[in-house]
Amino acid sequence: MATYADLSLTTRLFFKAYPLHRYAIDPVPCAPLRVPLTQARFALVTTAGLRTPAQDDFDFTNKKGDSTYREIPNDIAVNTLVESHRSNSFDHSGIEADANLAFPLDRMRELEARGVIGELNHRHFSFMGSIVGPAKLINETAPQVAEKLRTDGVQVALLTPV
Amino acid sequence: MQAALERVGITTVSVTLLREITAVIKPPRALFVPFPLGFPLGAPHDAAIQHRVIAAALDLLTRNDVPFISAYEQPNLS
Repeated sequence: MATYADLSLTTRLFFKAYPLHRYAIDPVPCAPLRVPLTQARFALVTTAGLRTPAQDDFDFTNKKGDSTYREIPNDIAVNTLVESHRSNSFDHSGIEADANLAFPLDRMRELEARGVIGELNHRHFSFMGSIVGPAKLINETAPQVAEKLRTDGVQVALLTPV
Repeated sequence: MQAALERVGITTVSVTLLREITAVIKPPRALFVPFPLGFPLGAPHDAAIQHRVIAAALDLLTRNDVPFISAYEQPNLS
């Protein structure tokens, strides 16, 4: 189990000083499910910093964190995704071995084939995690991706960290 | 991100490894998993555990008493 105690001293000291409460969601929005899962269109959103080999890497020089995103096509071969999460506070070996660990597209394809979920959207989205200055993410890039997925007719999103 | 999606009408659930942080941020629906950082769906190349975590997360989608954090419980496999 991961708790504060598992984080590096540097990371724990960071959180001790970090104004986390400033980013509390308030009020908490709620979009009730309007269709059964068996009819719903799904998208994945990950903060594992995954990208396709052809896409530009995330920007590691921005001290606030790179709040841009990469569009991952639904027909991507999961084992070709490149993991570039900038944090050194976790073990990268699992996701490097199997990106489904933080972006379970193969598992969702299996659920789609079995009829457990309706269908997968034609695209998914990948963000960098550890965004210490999230204003641009909250005000710009997250709403942009939400609007793209709404326009796509997506009804359910599964969000996964790393 | 999760709030932005809910605000445009998309139902969301997230997987989280750090309950303390999630409890402060209050995303609408979250499944806390008891795995090490870097292993949100349990284990690489283990489709069975990845499917169990996803199923537990999808079970939360009908909850509208947000914010709602649930804890994933490992099944007894013995």
